Amino acid sequence: MKVQVVVGLEIHVQLSTQTKLFCGCPVRFAAPPNSLVCPVCLGLPGALPVLNKKAVDYAILAAMALNCQIASFTKWDRKGYYYPDLPKNYQISQYDLPLGKAGFIEVQGDDGGIKQVRIRRVHLEEDAGKNLHAGGAYSCVDLNRAGTPLLEIVTEPDITSAAQARALAVELQRIVRYLGVSEADMQKGHMRFEPNVNLRIETDGQAFRTPIVEIKNLNSFRALEASIRYEADRQVQEFLESGQVMTSGNKTTRGWDDVRQVTVLQRQKEEAEDYRYFPDPDLVPVVINTSWLDQIKALLPELPLRRQIRFVQQYGLSEYDAGVLTSDRSCADLFDKAVEAGGRPKRVCNLLTQVGLRVANERGCSVGDLGLSPVNLATLASMIEEGKVNATSGVRILEQMIATGQDPMTLARSMDLLQIADSSRLESIIDQVLSMQQKAVQEACSEGKKAQKAFNFLVGQVMQATKGQANPTVIAEMIRKRLGGA
Amino acid sequence: MLDAILQMDCLALAEAIRTRQVSSLEATSACLEAIDKYNQKIGAFLTVFQQQALDQARDVDRRIQAGDKVGPLAGVPIAVKDNICTTFGPTTCGSKILANFRSPCNATVVERLMRADAIIIGKTNMDEFAMGSTTENSAFGPTHNPWDLGRVAGGSSGGSAAAVAARMCFGALGSDTGGSIRQPAAFCGVVGLKPTYGRVSRFGLVAYGSSLDQIGPLARSVRDCALLLNVIGGHDPKDSTSVPPEIVPDEDLLARLDQPIDGLRIGLVKGATEGADLPIRQAIGRAVDTYRAMGAEVVELEIPALDYSVATYYIIATAEASSNLARYDGVHYGYRSPAARDCMEVYTRSRAEGLGKEVKRRIMLGTYALSSGYYDAYYLKALKVRNLIRQQIFAALGQCDSILMPVAPTTAFSLGQMAADPLKMYLADVYTIPANLAGIPAISIPVGLDGAGLPVGVQLLGPAFSEGRLLRIARILEKGAHWTCQVPAGLTV
Ligand SMILES: [Zn+2]
Repeated sequence: MKVQVVVGLEIHVQLSTQTKLFCGCPVRFAAPPNSLVCPVCLGLPGALPVLNKKAVDYAILAAMALNCQIASFTKWDRKGYYYPDLPKNYQISQYDLPLGKAGFIEVQGDDGGIKQVRIRRVHLEEDAGKNLHAGGAYSCVDLNRAGTPLLEIVTEPDITSAAQARALAVELQRIVRYLGVSEADMQKGHMRFEPNVNLRIETDGQAFRTPIVEIKNLNSFRALEASIRYEADRQVQEFLESGQVMTSGNKTTRGWDDVRQVTVLQRQKEEAEDYRYFPDPDLVPVVINTSWLDQIKALLPELPLRRQIRFVQQYGLSEYDAGVLTSDRSCADLFDKAVEAGGRPKRVCNLLTQVGLRVANERGCSVGDLGLSPVNLATLASMIEEGKVNATSGVRILEQMIATGQDPMTLARSMDLLQIADSSRLESIIDQVLSMQQKAVQEACSEGKKAQKAFNFLVGQVMQATKGQANPTVIAEMIRKRLGGA
Repeated sequence: MLDAILQMDCLALAEAIRTRQVSSLEATSACLEAIDKYNQKIGAFLTVFQQQALDQARDVDRRIQAGDKVGPLAGVPIAVKDNICTTFGPTTCGSKILANFRSPCNATVVERLMRADAIIIGKTNMDEFAMGSTTENSAFGPTHNPWDLGRVAGGSSGGSAAAVAARMCFGALGSDTGGSIRQPAAFCGVVGLKPTYGRVSRFGLVAYGSSLDQIGPLARSVRDCALLLNVIGGHDPKDSTSVPPEIVPDEDLLARLDQPIDGLRIGLVKGATEGADLPIRQAIGRAVDTYRAMGAEVVELEIPALDYSVATYYIIATAEASSNLARYDGVHYGYRSPAARDCMEVYTRSRAEGLGKEVKRRIMLGTYALSSGYYDAYYLKALKVRNLIRQQIFAALGQCDSILMPVAPTTAFSLGQMAADPLKMYLADVYTIPANLAGIPAISIPVGLDGAGLPVGVQLLGPAFSEGRLLRIARILEKGAHWTCQVPAGLTV
């Protein structure tokens, strides 16, 4: 029996606009309940929605990054259903004319190569609020989130493993962060997943498809992967026991129990839920002309995966380093510019990964916010490369560059970290040390263990005399010459 | 003196107040007195802002005395239909489900009235959620026609029409989704204008059929409608369907109101008046004579798609309503059934107990029309027919300046007479619905009384955003009919 899992993903991404999709309320996390609301997002009688164009800009940018065809004419539809966290009892969404369609996303495949997963549609809609069940005979509704712009991304069922589903989700997170259209913070529920899972089973020369299961509302990469893995196993068992195969009416909905690590049946039959979609008469259609598209297109950056691959191929970085650098767009941007300014890629990479990302992380900002200029970074890399400062000093200089904004040479001087490259000055220091350490010189000129120890001692003494500003290899070479000549 | 004040229209009163011949306090007190005297019997107002109105009136008087610049409606008492949000007083929409609802914001039109220094004297009765043509569907009792208390005032803006007719206010705002301004205006003998869709902001108007709803004035003269539209019209960024200034001409509708129109062509739709009662047909005939006497040419038009307007309207309006009214669920605000035991019952019982019969009927109709499997056959088809109707009307308006039509097939009928036959009631909207479907302006002008002493109105329709011209055409008829400012027989003011 050959079993292949088949997964299509429905992903909701919260856009990081300043204000909600159809009103001026701020989008913010963890504010006191119902403090970020107005008549529009409360659905009060007489209130009317007004489109936040920024959200459309973001959505177009994301759809472009997902290689979608962008609709030149799109509109808003009402999706009707009753739920306490949905104040109007309809959600403003996009039904038959999504903003983007027929795209694809590139992810790293199981074999390390690039795999394309087709995107069926990308559309914009408003989020609902949250129901809070505190126990007792009532529930509370917090509508702070109601009206927040959400991007819904639906893939084709091209995903063939749980790990791949996770990889896609992670890649999407990296992309939307790259585009600056979402914080994509899992803790804040900025990304939610709903995989559709079933199996292709081949046995005795026959092929079967198991009934599709939709797993609702997953909000971590871990739960996404684990639930698909679990579901695949469960469906194998179910198939072996019942032999049930997919029909048009037997799709079921399951939830994920994160404690027991199992999926739980929620709705038996997809009872052709009728949302009674129709065009929202309170909003006018959105016409996306070429000048608008061009404006957004100009903002489209090189996507992280493509960039990661380029860093490996063009600069010889390791997969790991390239991945780390491209995780933060501003970091990768800085890297590109510093290399362009003459920094050796590996050196620049080390500086950014060892210092830049660490400090940014400590400060809770991105590398781009550290105020580092590409030229200064390239200069520092060259200084290390040319032996003007050693690697350890380089780290300290970079830290000070971030702290003070000064250029690396000034800092190296003021911190007294410049290596002594001037050989005549070194010669005289060596002369001094050798004349003061006659005993060690004699021992060093002898044979055996003692000689090596004495030689190392001499090198150490010279290093001390230079306050560590000389290259120990150079010193050793010079001392060796002198002793040999003596 | 009181009598003389109440004979004025808004424009005359505003002028008298500005020139300190009359004080706003006198005018407001006169209205409050009329309300005191008649509202019990007529049921025009649901809320009266007695103290607030008097305070505002005194304030306007004081400012005028001080020589301050005041707005065009300074000191003039205006009533507002109760589906238009105000931060003061409840906004009930004539429904039990919103009986205690108070809006945190004013409708844009209310803001504009206040900016024009109008005195908002009260909120008027209406069919629940503007669904009806009699104001009998109000959860708070019907509005009676000031001309005959045994008859309906029309609807759904029956309260506004009756209030203007009975001198309880000088002008009023109503809303018109399928004739809800024009038909009660005709039944009560006042002028009612439904502006072009998008000309007046819907922000703060509690939605019934969003693609059809439009706020407009009811008043005692054509020029008052011009004045009120001057005040409430114009672009509003809070309403996405409000037309931007590039398209709505920023014009003073009063400026050229009395200028004659050369080469005026009045269109009559072939066969359109056949279903109307004799007094209505006669009124149309007299109106034609008036225009002819003014040198106008009368052209006959064919608009075959009009036959489908009632069916089209009752699918589109109810479909939108079923979605618009979904929010009244007892969860967030408004009436919640005390008997509800769980979330589902909060929905079902609150709506069952809070909404009236006609509203439920329309919600069910609309829900059905939008349901999967029926959408294409009903809603989608209705949209297509709407387009056809719109195109044919636009074409007809290419052949004339204005289409002359009845407002309703009858004059005001007895209370309770139509309640048992909703379909007949729906069909009576045949003359008013086309303007809503096409989004064009239409005005109802009283032209006289029928044999029973009841007002008869006729309707004029014009191209989109042609209110300036339409009002001028209406003004010609108003002058010819010698009707202005008649007080209902039997009312002493
Ligand atoms: Zn809001």
